[in-house]
Amino acid sequence: MTIDNKTLELIKKREEYIHGGGEKAIEKQLSMGKLTARERIKALLDKDSFQEYDLFVEHEVRDFDLGSKVLYGDGVITGTGTIFGMPVCIYAQDFTVAGGSLGLMHARKIVKIMDHALKLRIPIIGINDSGGARIQEGVNSLAGYGEIFYRNTLASGVIPQISIILGPCAGGAVYSPALTDFVFVVDKISKLFITGPEVIKAVIGEEISMEELGGARVHAEITGNAHFFAKSEYECFEQVKKLITFIPPNNSRAPLPFKPKEPHKDYVIEDIVPEDPTLPYDVRDLIKAVVDDSDFFEIQELWAKNVVIGFARINGETIGIVANQPMYLAGVLDVDASDKAARFIRFCDAFNIPILTFVDIPGYLPGIDQEHSGVIRHGAKLLYSYSEATVPKITIIVRKAYGGGYIAMGSRHLRADFVFAWPTAEIAVMGPEGAANIIFKKEIQNSPDPEKTRQEKIKEYKEKFANPYVAAAKGYIDAVIEPRETRKMIIHCIEISKQKTVPIPNKKHGIPPF
Amino acid sequence: MNQNNNNNHKTDKNNLEKLIIDDTTYYTNYTKKFLLPQKKYFFDTSIIRSIIPGIVKKVFVKEGDKIEKGSPIIILEAMKMQNIIKSDYSGIVKKVNVKEGEKIPKNHPIVELFIQD
Repeated sequence: MTIDNKTLELIKKREEYIHGGGEKAIEKQLSMGKLTARERIKALLDKDSFQEYDLFVEHEVRDFDLGSKVLYGDGVITGTGTIFGMPVCIYAQDFTVAGGSLGLMHARKIVKIMDHALKLRIPIIGINDSGGARIQEGVNSLAGYGEIFYRNTLASGVIPQISIILGPCAGGAVYSPALTDFVFVVDKISKLFITGPEVIKAVIGEEISMEELGGARVHAEITGNAHFFAKSEYECFEQVKKLITFIPPNNSRAPLPFKPKEPHKDYVIEDIVPEDPTLPYDVRDLIKAVVDDSDFFEIQELWAKNVVIGFARINGETIGIVANQPMYLAGVLDVDASDKAARFIRFCDAFNIPILTFVDIPGYLPGIDQEHSGVIRHGAKLLYSYSEATVPKITIIVRKAYGGGYIAMGSRHLRADFVFAWPTAEIAVMGPEGAANIIFKKEIQNSPDPEKTRQEKIKEYKEKFANPYVAAAKGYIDAVIEPRETRKMIIHCIEISKQKTVPIPNKKHGIPPF
Repeated sequence: MNQNNNNNHKTDKNNLEKLIIDDTTYYTNYTKKFLLPQKKYFFDTSIIRSIIPGIVKKVFVKEGDKIEKGSPIIILEAMKMQNIIKSDYSGIVKKVNVKEGEKIPKNHPIVELFIQD
């Protein structure tokens, strides 16, 4: 009977602890349109799969008002569970307990579950909803953040790291998500910033709302800090689950293959790309015409829209896609687009996901702002990532591939394994107009009818160079293919690249232009 | 096809924006960030500008004054501090663009000078 009594005691104790910050605090949380930390874990993981650890961890603070206070779970819930049967480690900050503030034991719980994830070689998911450092704990709180950042860095490229921002995440706290691979935000709920509106107003007198400064939309559209934007927490969890299906649990595995499916018949590959290289189209339609089930899982959909990145499957296998988007800014590369594509390529390379590139690029975005924002340094990131990647790299030049854009977009010269061009491809140092204006400058100037001569010269250049055959003659592209052969070729290339090995010089690590 | 995707952006040439790259005009859409006001860089040293927004507490100079390098121009209250803005050059004050009590933004041209070094 004593065992039963002891068990009863445990059940009672558990009951008390899982109630977090109590009814009032929970009510407040719900009134802000947010779920509680436990509801979030439940919504994200497979039914009844969650196993909690460290429920009874207590803080040891003797100072200020905290000495006598019990903070259940110390404001964070940690554990393991599964998503579609795939194991993950998870932690969720509980805003109902001391505002989810991070103290020493709170941080220790997070660090412990991160170590666990790294040891077990499974993804770590963090749900952030915290007022920040627990001021009463002073430097211990700062130490906690530092320990987390260190583990984020250690785990980077070994296990996938996912951050879900479901509340405030301010000051030092923002840097853990920033170090992770994928950041999810929810409209009107997520707030990320280093210094808040009040400090900004006090220090420099500029007024701005929290939403305008660091709301979900800002990070999804302007800063690029977020990878996925959702309208509700439930939508966000669906996105996380879908992401998990595309990625492997760690860097020594490949993603799980799915049953192959043909693309939908309503995406007709021959009808998507206009012949005139100055006209736009939605490159996502082209992607959907090629990938399994026409299912393209786009990442950073709202930021740097001039380049499209995301996951899809081809013949059942995960592939990372990078594509210029003529629909926005004519598909140029700029600071943000280079940054976006470069980081994605590094993720794919670290986690054994082949990279498929669709090229239709007029060049780099001209402008003072671009030059002063460091387009040289940021643009170099893309060259670095493509060159560095050793996973199979397949590049399809769909239409124009001019100048530096041609080189950067997974060209043969950066060691793409397979480069194919459509008959509509124009691989040249620049567009016919620009090239004719330079090469035939004198003829045009000295002509009795300069405009007529100019048009003639443009036409001449176009006929000679605006095609894939000049590059094909040099072996820079491997084959000119019919658009409808695209999917078949990609499947073939993935199939034969399974044993790909590339010798790389011995080094500790490279020094990419961060 | 996904209805949403097709309605999100324009495809008709007449409704599209233009972007010129290497003398070729492309038809496309602008992004939200592309349309944001862009950072400005000022290279004209004859204009003394505010490096932060604030309130003009005192103006020390008027048009036609001869000033030396290091002469105080105004006191700008910002960051809870009374900042004395000084001239980096000697010269004559060509124009004063602020009044005492005025709230000025960042990069506001406070004073224009004829530089005489």
